[in-house]
Amino acid sequence: MKGRVLVVDDDAALAEMLGIVLRGEGFEPTFVADGDRAMDVFRDTKPDLVLLDLMLPGMDGIDVCRQIRAESGVPIVMLTAKSDTVDVVLGLESGADDYIVKPFQSKVLIARVRARLRRTDDPAPETLTIGDVTIDVAGHSVQRAGEPLNLTPLEFDLLVALARKPRQVFTREVLLEQVWGYRHAADTRLVNVHVQRLRAKIEKDPERPEIVVTVRGVGYKAGPG
Amino acid sequence: MKGAAAAGDASYRSWLARPRPVASRQSPILSGSHRWLRRVGDRYRHSLQLRVVTATLILSAVVVSVLGYILMQHLVAGIYANMEQSSTTIFDNGRTYAGNETTFGQPPGSQSSAAMLALAQDLNPSQGTQYAVDVTLVPQDQGPPVYSGGEAVGFFGAVPVLPAKLTSAVLNEWQNRGIGGAPQYPQSEWVSMPLGSSARPEPGLLIGAPFGSVYELYYFFPLAAEQQTIASIQQSLLVAGIAVVFLLAAIAWLVTRWVVVPVRLAAQGARRLSAGELDQRMEVRGSDEVAALAASFNEMAASLQEKLAELEDLSQVQRQFVSDVSHELRTPLTTIKIASDVLFGARDEMGPAPARSAELMQSQLERFEVLLTDLLEISRYDANAATLDAEPVDICGIVLQSADVAQQLAERRGTKIEFRVPAEPCIAEIDRRRVERIMRNLLLNAVEHGEDKDTVVTVAVDSAAVAVSVRDFGVGLRPGEAQLVFDRFWRADPARARTSGGTGLGLAIALEDARLHGGWLEAWGEPGRGSVFRLTLPRTAGAELHGSPLPLSPLPLGTLEDGIDATAGPVVDGLGDRVPAADAAVVTMADLVGPAAADVAAPGSADLAGPGAASGPGAIEPDADQPESTEVGARG
Repeated sequence: MKGRVLVVDDDAALAEMLGIVLRGEGFEPTFVADGDRAMDVFRDTKPDLVLLDLMLPGMDGIDVCRQIRAESGVPIVMLTAKSDTVDVVLGLESGADDYIVKPFQSKVLIARVRARLRRTDDPAPETLTIGDVTIDVAGHSVQRAGEPLNLTPLEFDLLVALARKPRQVFTREVLLEQVWGYRHAADTRLVNVHVQRLRAKIEKDPERPEIVVTVRGVGYKAGPG
Repeated sequence: MKGAAAAGDASYRSWLARPRPVASRQSPILSGSHRWLRRVGDRYRHSLQLRVVTATLILSAVVVSVLGYILMQHLVAGIYANMEQSSTTIFDNGRTYAGNETTFGQPPGSQSSAAMLALAQDLNPSQGTQYAVDVTLVPQDQGPPVYSGGEAVGFFGAVPVLPAKLTSAVLNEWQNRGIGGAPQYPQSEWVSMPLGSSARPEPGLLIGAPFGSVYELYYFFPLAAEQQTIASIQQSLLVAGIAVVFLLAAIAWLVTRWVVVPVRLAAQGARRLSAGELDQRMEVRGSDEVAALAASFNEMAASLQEKLAELEDLSQVQRQFVSDVSHELRTPLTTIKIASDVLFGARDEMGPAPARSAELMQSQLERFEVLLTDLLEISRYDANAATLDAEPVDICGIVLQSADVAQQLAERRGTKIEFRVPAEPCIAEIDRRRVERIMRNLLLNAVEHGEDKDTVVTVAVDSAAVAVSVRDFGVGLRPGEAQLVFDRFWRADPARARTSGGTGLGLAIALEDARLHGGWLEAWGEPGRGSVFRLTLPRTAGAELHGSPLPLSPLPLGTLEDGIDATAGPVVDGLGDRVPAADAAVVTMADLVGPAAADVAAPGSADLAGPGAASGPGAIEPDADQPESTEVGARG
């Protein structure tokens, strides 16, 4: 089981506590308390998941998130004390897959971490096509008109979930459950932001999407028409 | 001049005719003009300038009329005196001429007639009609065969046409002639008589005097020329008078404008200032009273602005502090919470005391967290940082979804929450998260204070608004408390234990949430009758509310006394459903609580249970419809 978790947090007590919990659940945590050093540690340890506090000394969490995302599609879960839409959306747009608002329960943290790490281990060979986008599910690769596209695992999962049932409309709540693994519909802002990020990568014109289409008042669906 | 007076009179009358309170209803036909009059009246009452101008118009019209009248009197008197003098001169000349004719010194004879005619012709003016002359005999010598009058000469008719008063005066003078050679004075009178062939009588001065032996000479001076002069003077005076009146009104208008315009500006400025435009200032010009007004207005505005800014800064600092504290608390709280989770998870391995401690810590941490969340939310409202994420949502769904926690509490207490929801969806543009929070707060509140009786939730919708009312049948609210419930950390009874662990901020936040929607959150309560919380939200985000589809207070006591209907099930008919919410609740309450309710109240008066019903169901006075009902609109 992949289980290397990088905890980027400047609060020593919280980091230690997170360490205790993560170890208790069988993960291997590593720690960094400084935003400036976060990238070095990230490159050294090559974690499977990053737990990132937004308020950091040195480089702040948003910038760290952007830099990690520039290099890797590793799942990033933000820890934030602010639940205002502006803060949440800013964090998600900088590349985070999910976020947890402090204070949180250890159960919730572990559930989210597991949800981000739970990958279908041996997917059946399957190829999906929407428009000119081809998805190789087993190979975790996406191509548009023969050109490979670089999607994060979350974006990939989102696209696959939509593409498996083309023309079916998915509500944001259903997507939250299928892609993020939330049992109860929580925050539909997650879906909105990630659909936008996905479109930015796969659509010819993200302003007029043809692959992931908005169904007003309901949700999203794959494919034209 | 009469004209000017009349004009003034007319304006006075129309001034009087300005509307006064009309007691009787006008007929529909009149209502149009009535409305117009009222509009004029409103204008008149509201405009100082209009009042001043009207008053000036009326007063100056009166003054000018009086002055003009006096002036005219004077002029006319002068003109008449002048005319009388010149007429007398002409007459004297004529009389002297006639007296020099020797024929008339003799007693009348056969030639007299011709002589009189000749004299009259001589004396009459050669052209024009400035005056006319007649020569006649004293009355006793008149009559045939002698000449009898002026038909031959022209302007008189027969002698009797001459006014008797004048002829007798002239005769009197003639009779005096012998006495000591006293002079025979000419007599005159203002008369109106036909001149020449014209049948129309003309006003003029008639002068007569005896001459010669038995003769009389009469001159008639018509007033035509003078009348013309007077008329033209009158006309000029009238025009001048009207011009003066309107000029004065115009001057009054201008002068009051100088005063009124700055006052209006000041009023406008004050209005804007009170509306929040604190940068509002008045222009200070010169150093007169108006300038002083402007200067002190500006001073006031400046000091107000300063004070407000001070307060703003102060509260900004305070809000920032609270917000920072809340955020700073979150990180250590997270650590504590996770630590508590770990300890709680391991409590089986501990002794009884540490294990119970871990449980207590766990539950109290939850409470602490809720309080912190609420504090943060309130501080967000205080900092005006709350934003509305409105989207079209079915509010019925939200009401049902947000009932979960309250439902659990109700189940633990053995009560029910009854929903009366319209069959069709109630779509409104609302912020889902906030409305869910409001509903959770109201429901928890109702179950917690419901005294183990059921809670009734009613949803209704009309074209402009959706409303949700949450009714409980608990202790209710004392007068004045309906407003206090929205205060932060307010408790009806400080000694009462909180069972659901509410923070005391729930209703305050709910009120702010409702206000953010432009909606209302209102409370009604009565001791012993329970309470109602009604949330009304506009269906279109930002629209103004004018009413609620649901009544706030339930029907008066009397109407629900026999309201027990065993068949009353859950009513899925919220629209206009004015059936007292108590009906169904009473039944289910009685069913559920069973014997336990017996010592609280008899069935059928269950919702009366309380101080007022202590002596039994019949103890309610008939006039105690809403004995101490408190109904307060906490509207945003």
